[in-house]
Amino acid sequence: MTLFNVQNLSISFGGLKALSNISFDVKAREIFSIIGPNGAGKTTLFNCINGIYKPTNGQIRFKGKRVQGKKPDAIARMGIARTFQNIELFAHINTMENILLGRHLYMKTGLFRGGFMWGRHSFAGKEEIAHRKKVEEIIDFLDLQAVRDKLVGGLPYGTQKRIELGRALALEPELLLLDEPCAGMNAEEKQDLVFWVKDIQDELDVTILLIEHDMSMVMDISDRILAINFGQPVTEGTPAEVQNHPEVLKAYLGEE
Amino acid sequence: MDMKRNYYEDVQLFSSGVVIFWFAALMVFLAAFPFLFKNYFVYVANYIAINIIVVIGLNILVGYTGLISLGHAGFFAIGAYSTIIFMTRLALPFLVALPLGALVAALFGFLLGLPALRLEGPYLTIATLGFGLTVTQVIGKIELFGGRQGLHTPDLVIGPWHLDNDRSFYYLVVFITFLMVIFARNLIKTRVGRAFIAIRDADIAAETMGVNLVYYKTLSFAISAFYAGVAGGLYAFVLRYIEPEIFSLLMSIMFLAMVVVGGLGSIMGAIVGAVLLSWLDLQLRNILSIPYLGQWLEKLSASYFSITGVSNIQFILFGSIMVFIMLFEPLGIFGIWIRIKKYWKTWPF
Repeated sequence: MTLFNVQNLSISFGGLKALSNISFDVKAREIFSIIGPNGAGKTTLFNCINGIYKPTNGQIRFKGKRVQGKKPDAIARMGIARTFQNIELFAHINTMENILLGRHLYMKTGLFRGGFMWGRHSFAGKEEIAHRKKVEEIIDFLDLQAVRDKLVGGLPYGTQKRIELGRALALEPELLLLDEPCAGMNAEEKQDLVFWVKDIQDELDVTILLIEHDMSMVMDISDRILAINFGQPVTEGTPAEVQNHPEVLKAYLGEE
Repeated sequence: MDMKRNYYEDVQLFSSGVVIFWFAALMVFLAAFPFLFKNYFVYVANYIAINIIVVIGLNILVGYTGLISLGHAGFFAIGAYSTIIFMTRLALPFLVALPLGALVAALFGFLLGLPALRLEGPYLTIATLGFGLTVTQVIGKIELFGGRQGLHTPDLVIGPWHLDNDRSFYYLVVFITFLMVIFARNLIKTRVGRAFIAIRDADIAAETMGVNLVYYKTLSFAISAFYAGVAGGLYAFVLRYIEPEIFSLLMSIMFLAMVVVGGLGSIMGAIVGAVLLSWLDLQLRNILSIPYLGQWLEKLSASYFSITGVSNIQFILFGSIMVFIMLFEPLGIFGIWIRIKKYWKTWPF
């Protein structure tokens, strides 16, 4: 079943065509990877899906509903969460609060019920406690107990990447966009991350759209791969097919 | 110890017995204050409490949401004028007119928040600056507001009490300030406050997590203006007479200075900043009455620092103190507090 679908997506900035005619389908509960050299337009594609950029042309559909033209927060409400290539955490609050922000859409406390929180049995108090329980599950799942009360700005890069993943999971997304989750991680952290991504797919039934430069990881966990170069689609298929495609080899290894 | 046993402790007001003790001590001190000090200091306390309200509101905007305003004297003026107008023209009681006046300020805050969706940093500063300057100009032209002549405040009667002196007014001001502080603190600890902080630290990430930037940025402006409006309404009754010139650009700058000196993004910092700078502002004038040193400083400033020949040593000292605080403690006074707390937590190791 197709969960998410992109058709003839194009975007240009001035005269520069960052993406042209990208089309692909993502089935429910699969890991779909997008690969391509630096500057191929992978992150631009994510920004279009997220609503940060407005595509010039084309269609993006999620569960049959239009995605493009909506604001990023409305797209989050549809069930699409993401992590960023360059970490975009809330640096001056702690890990728990960062992940708790991911629960924003599920919480209802507004200005008055928040400001007049008069104890643990008030609406705001009860809600804070209930959502901390959910956050604690994510903290356990991603092994973040040690940094629960630490400000995230000063934490190691790999840990920050994990917190970002946790924040995205707190949104309980159906589609998760991971933008280079392994960048800057050491071998051990990468190994752990591969297991987590697999777990997210299997146990939480989340469909994953992945951008990654680490080819061994991509080939390991992807169900299908789309290769793009200079904003143009190169090929799409299973890891084995894509790996041996002459254009992909050319883009990554250069010509003889 | 920092051992937490349940989730509510993250947002609890009183995290330990020590905090309860100091809170009780503060309450007793505040209640006894008018009996312990002479009238002038009660007036100073009212002035400081009003500044605390504005600065906490401004800190929600600047320190927590990462926006900026150099027009808060404008909201302050709107709060002051609307409260008086509601009381004199519509004969509303003070406790109704004050929040209504603040709501008018909040409405203007919301309107000023709309351009803030597109403007950032220096551009937003100039937009808010323009707002602050315009408000006093417009008020000065309107006959209803007394024009350049200004307005006198009506008598302040709440139920059986006739609040006609600084002492009786003190309890009202302190009570309202207390409510406003607790409200801000709770707000910051819960969902809306977290959304503000998220916008400050990474607005794009906040948006992709479902935070509606339009709603929360304008809300932050409105709340901040509401605080300034409440403070303005109270300030009118401290002065008993208001005119447009009071709400100058310098006032807006002082509010912002209090936020930054106290510590951006901290309720405690806002309180400390407001207390310290308001107190310095009032007390530095007395420096000239110190024997010998005062006369020498006066002569020094009159002959070297001032163009007009009038002594301005208090402003120079005031400015230098701010420069030194920012130089040695970029986080503001709150930064010093954090260091002291850290030191004592592990003392004597």
